[in-house]
Amino acid sequence: MARYFGRKLLIYALTFVLAVTINWLIPRFMPGDPVRSMVARAGLQTPEGVAAMREYYSNLFGFDVPVWQQYLNFWAGLFRGDLGVSLWAFPQPVSEIILAAVPYTLGLLIPAILLSYWAGNKFGAYAARKKVLDNTVLPIWYVLTATPYMWLAILLAWALGKVAGIFPVGRSFSASLVPSWSWTFISDLISHWFLPFLSLFLVAFGGWAIGMRNLIIYELEADYAHYLGALGAPSRLVRRYAYRNAMLPQITGLALQLGVIVGGAVVTEIVFDYRGLGYLVLESIKTSDFFLLQGIFLFIVIGVLVANFIIDIVYVLVDPRTRTGMGGGAA
Amino acid sequence: MTTVNPADPTEPAASSMPPGEPPPATVPGVATVHGVPVRREALYFARRNKKLVGGLAVVLAFLALALVGPLFVADDPLAYVGPPAQPPSGTYWLGTTTFGQDVFAQFVHGLRATFLVGIVGALIAGVLGMVVGFTAGYRGGAVDEILTMVTNVVLVLPVLAVLMIIAAYLQVRNVAVQAVIIGLFSWPWVARAVRAQTFSLRSREFVDLAKLSGAPVRRIIFTEIAPNMASYLFMVFILLFGGAVLFAATLDVIGLGPTDGISLGLMLNHAKQWSAMNLGMWWWFIPPGLAITTVVGAFYIMNVGLDEVFNPKLREM
Repeated sequence: MARYFGRKLLIYALTFVLAVTINWLIPRFMPGDPVRSMVARAGLQTPEGVAAMREYYSNLFGFDVPVWQQYLNFWAGLFRGDLGVSLWAFPQPVSEIILAAVPYTLGLLIPAILLSYWAGNKFGAYAARKKVLDNTVLPIWYVLTATPYMWLAILLAWALGKVAGIFPVGRSFSASLVPSWSWTFISDLISHWFLPFLSLFLVAFGGWAIGMRNLIIYELEADYAHYLGALGAPSRLVRRYAYRNAMLPQITGLALQLGVIVGGAVVTEIVFDYRGLGYLVLESIKTSDFFLLQGIFLFIVIGVLVANFIIDIVYVLVDPRTRTGMGGGAA
Repeated sequence: MTTVNPADPTEPAASSMPPGEPPPATVPGVATVHGVPVRREALYFARRNKKLVGGLAVVLAFLALALVGPLFVADDPLAYVGPPAQPPSGTYWLGTTTFGQDVFAQFVHGLRATFLVGIVGALIAGVLGMVVGFTAGYRGGAVDEILTMVTNVVLVLPVLAVLMIIAAYLQVRNVAVQAVIIGLFSWPWVARAVRAQTFSLRSREFVDLAKLSGAPVRRIIFTEIAPNMASYLFMVFILLFGGAVLFAATLDVIGLGPTDGISLGLMLNHAKQWSAMNLGMWWWFIPPGLAITTVVGAFYIMNVGLDEVFNPKLREM
């Protein structure tokens, strides 16, 4: 088991190093000059101002020292929690802006991921090998999983928000309210949260349900299932064993899907003007605020790595083979 | 006759685009030597599979629209041609935008971009994944260790976040560039799946025989190993296509779409930016999303159909 976690942690450490390196490399070696484009965006009139700004940014990127030292400095800055200063919300440091937005994104993502995973697996397992149900719901699931996150978000915002007027659209809470622990504020928060949550939930739900249905069908064809059936075990029991076995690939599937779901959350937030990381991504791209964008990138990577590690722990708890060192779930 | 064992169940090779797809569609009864009768058999079942035929028909219809459509509309889909904010009518089939651009013209041009991103992205990712997967699985040993490590590292990296950073720093972006960067980062799950299958195939008698007869490695891989998973590789391309299209649409909506030209995702981006939702201009944002959903959905359903064609266990007689 130590070996299993050791390998996993090594992979995550390498991924983190790769992510930081990408973050360092791209602004420096991409065609075009990010400093010049940032200076140009500022629209300064006087040449002195332009020169001063150029120098300021060149210093920020640390262009005046050798390349290897730039790289080390970059890491040192990272460990001090220094991600640079945002241009979009000028004197505020990037890390502060991101930390203020993260709770909103997590508040959308965690319930959407957990609930869709739970409901999708249950429902998918239930529909497998039930002819009528399978034929009616399977096409719906395929449509759901093929729907781009943002389009479903736009549809929901339009149909339930604008046309039916049941839910408010835009921002994480009404602009007229101040965050507080009052009932008005919390109900307002929830009504703004519901539609983005629903669109994330629905798309992810379709995927899990299809995956589980297919896995159950596959497991029910396995020798152990036929053997149990031949022994006269009730089909409920057989299905329960099948479900347990089918759960393992689904857990790995969850780890693989995390990046996609996070991407979905980013665009969903953009559609709903929800003030989480997605909103920051949009604003940072609009204003060419590369420090902010790179900070968000690192945060997403760290978040996905942490989630992956949690899933690994769950896998060990669920699959006894990993504990006895028989190598189940080896990566 | 050779059969492919399903990959190790703990290595869910195919949990790919639709999460947790069943373990790789195996190809019982696909003979490598006598390929022709098997192919005829597959064709027989393919033509009778409603999912496959239906999905293919939808995809081909959209492909035809993407190829032919742009010939009948204005060359510049972004040109201001008509009165602003018109609902669909005889002249403007899908209405016009707030600025009087023809939505139908944008739609057919965007459809072309979507197919381009899907095909190029899938080809790049598919080839990369196959090269890594075959090499790792066939060579084994240290090569395998290193390649598997690289695969796993890229696999954990959230693709969209990486694409976001790269695209943001590209001053000029077009559909082809988008397709290339998407392809360069979506290969790992393919490599993993191909490696797992190659691993189980490489110790078979027919591979040993090929080795004994002195065939070079490349020929063993292409003529002995790859044909045994041809159906699976075909399905991999379908899933990669769907994935690339969805990634491209996501990037477009974030505002990192092509800087010249139009795509379906960019249409959604524009519609959102100029609050088509608030203005009730449904003809601006419904068609592009519907087209993406229909094309990707049709591909997924084709995939299910193919699975049934190649895997006799799933065939409905």
